[in-house]
Amino acid sequence: MSFDAALDQDAEPAAREFAIRVRRLTNRFGPKTVHEDLDIDIRAGETIGVIGPSGCGKSVLLQSIVGLIQPVSAEIEVFGQRIDRMSRAERDATRRRWGVMFQDGALFSNLSIRENVMAPMREHLNLSVRLMRELAEMKVQLAGLEVEAAFKRPAELSGGMRKRAALARAMALDPELLFLDEPTAGLDPISAARFDELIRSLSETLGLTVFLVTHDLDTLIATCDRIAVLNGGKVLAIGELAEVRANPHPWIQEYFSGPRGRAAMG
Amino acid sequence: MAPEPTSPTSFDVARSDDGRDVFSVSGDWTIWTIGTIDSRLRSVTLGEGAVLDVRGLRRIDTSGAYLIDRTMRSGGDVRPDITVLGAHPSAERLVEEVRRANPPAAPESAVRTGWVALLERAGRGAVDVWSEFIGILAFIGEAVAVLFGRLTNPRRLRWTSIVSHIEEIGLDALPIVCFLSFFIGLVVAFIGANLLAMFNASVFTVELVGIGMLREFGAVITGIILAGRTDSAFTAQIGAMKMRQEIDAMRVMGLEPMDALVAPRLIALLIVTPLLTFAAMMSGVGGGMIAAWAAMDISPRMFVERFQETIPAQHFWTGIVKTPVFALVIAIVGCRNGLLVDSDVTSLGRRTTSSVVQAIFMVITIDALFAVLYYLIDV
Repeated sequence: MSFDAALDQDAEPAAREFAIRVRRLTNRFGPKTVHEDLDIDIRAGETIGVIGPSGCGKSVLLQSIVGLIQPVSAEIEVFGQRIDRMSRAERDATRRRWGVMFQDGALFSNLSIRENVMAPMREHLNLSVRLMRELAEMKVQLAGLEVEAAFKRPAELSGGMRKRAALARAMALDPELLFLDEPTAGLDPISAARFDELIRSLSETLGLTVFLVTHDLDTLIATCDRIAVLNGGKVLAIGELAEVRANPHPWIQEYFSGPRGRAAMG
Repeated sequence: MAPEPTSPTSFDVARSDDGRDVFSVSGDWTIWTIGTIDSRLRSVTLGEGAVLDVRGLRRIDTSGAYLIDRTMRSGGDVRPDITVLGAHPSAERLVEEVRRANPPAAPESAVRTGWVALLERAGRGAVDVWSEFIGILAFIGEAVAVLFGRLTNPRRLRWTSIVSHIEEIGLDALPIVCFLSFFIGLVVAFIGANLLAMFNASVFTVELVGIGMLREFGAVITGIILAGRTDSAFTAQIGAMKMRQEIDAMRVMGLEPMDALVAPRLIALLIVTPLLTFAAMMSGVGGGMIAAWAAMDISPRMFVERFQETIPAQHFWTGIVKTPVFALVIAIVGCRNGLLVDSDVTSLGRRTTSSVVQAIFMVITIDALFAVLYYLIDV
């Protein structure tokens, strides 16, 4: 976390800078339009949860922002810079400031967890191997794993442990911006709740901006400052939980008032 | 390399009035900057109850906090909270967070080196070779048993799958097989033309090319091309399915991989290999014919007449008889290696390599065994 960002947390939300600004994002795959003139702003230091029905383009939005896919048209700013107008060096610098955790972990299967966490460090930093190992072990533990897990291969870990290992790798360079794609999908409720706590505590301690794609209502309630609902290629609603919940749109009402929604809202 | 301009990282250790060590840090303590001070910090040992002075500290992240915590604990201090001098929005919390995660010193991994390691690897290698050999034999037995079970009930054969494999491994390989055989025939004919001309017997080039292509080259070239081209595909396809748990899904549905994956490939190869070998023989002889025409003025007509007169059909049969054996070995090796892929990427690469190597090795070895056998029974 940066010193300045920490001070900013006390300031009014309107005065904060935006970590991500997306304007007029359009994504089309063949005849199917995924996004149509989508606008979304993510404030620095907030945890935003993106929800929406399956196939509404949540993951595609994430992939567009991190540059994994080329949108049909878009103006996307990350840390105040247009990603399509960056020079190679600027792009590299931006990539060092964010961490991405993919849905199924995407850990390198032929490396141990410690080597996985060390991979971005080796690439971008000039540290001694000894220090990188110590830091990687610390990150693995910070992500809530036993240090023994650091010496194992991804295939030897359970699904929940792999998610934590993936989080440790996403955090390897102490990023300011963290993208999480379905972080709690496929976890048992207890592991999922622990993971939610972990995300919350990391984002608070480090002042991270977290972009979270999820289906899990419990995760949304436990971790997010604001919620964005995607539907029909646009942002249907964005705001704090209570505001979004008050939106009369049928999908939102069904999402929060269905049996699962009621159980999570208590 | 840091994303933003940084202020220089430094630290200082002093003794305060009440006799406690004061560890003062200043500048940026982030993962981008700590590399410069790591080794100097390792030599610092603080006394019991040391105080952290953060008045000069600018940015800090978990990596910087780790270094501060490591230094703070160098004197054996394990208290859960630290005494901090000065105010910083996050330093104290970060250091305590890192301390709570409690990273112990990195254990040095014990790796054997030198002669012991060499012996160990050699031993493991020898055992691996033996168990691979046994494994291939066991797999051949299993596959042949399944195959005969299927052949007694041909309606249960997966014809769609077989036909698509025939296209993929037969039809698509036809151009490369013909092309390479043509050039081998050409080369053999040129060698023969030069050597046999010394004895004024250059017309025997026809026998050289004919017998060579029919008995040996046709089958061996096809076998090697299939081993390289088809085996790598088999191993990669089945291996990727194994990695994505598709094989497990088939098993729990009651689909045996041996039945659904291995049998169609094996049957397709059994059908295709003799046909491809025949095409290889013909293009090889064609290559020889053209070389003979160009180098020795043996016209194609003369070539064909002499071919018919002097080369008995027995040579063709000795060549074509080997092909089902090659097909069996190639299919088995490719499928077996695919099914042996683990869940990591390295094993996919390793298995694909060993699939091709084993198949080429076995094709040539089996060809040699056939040559010995033919010599003994005098055909």
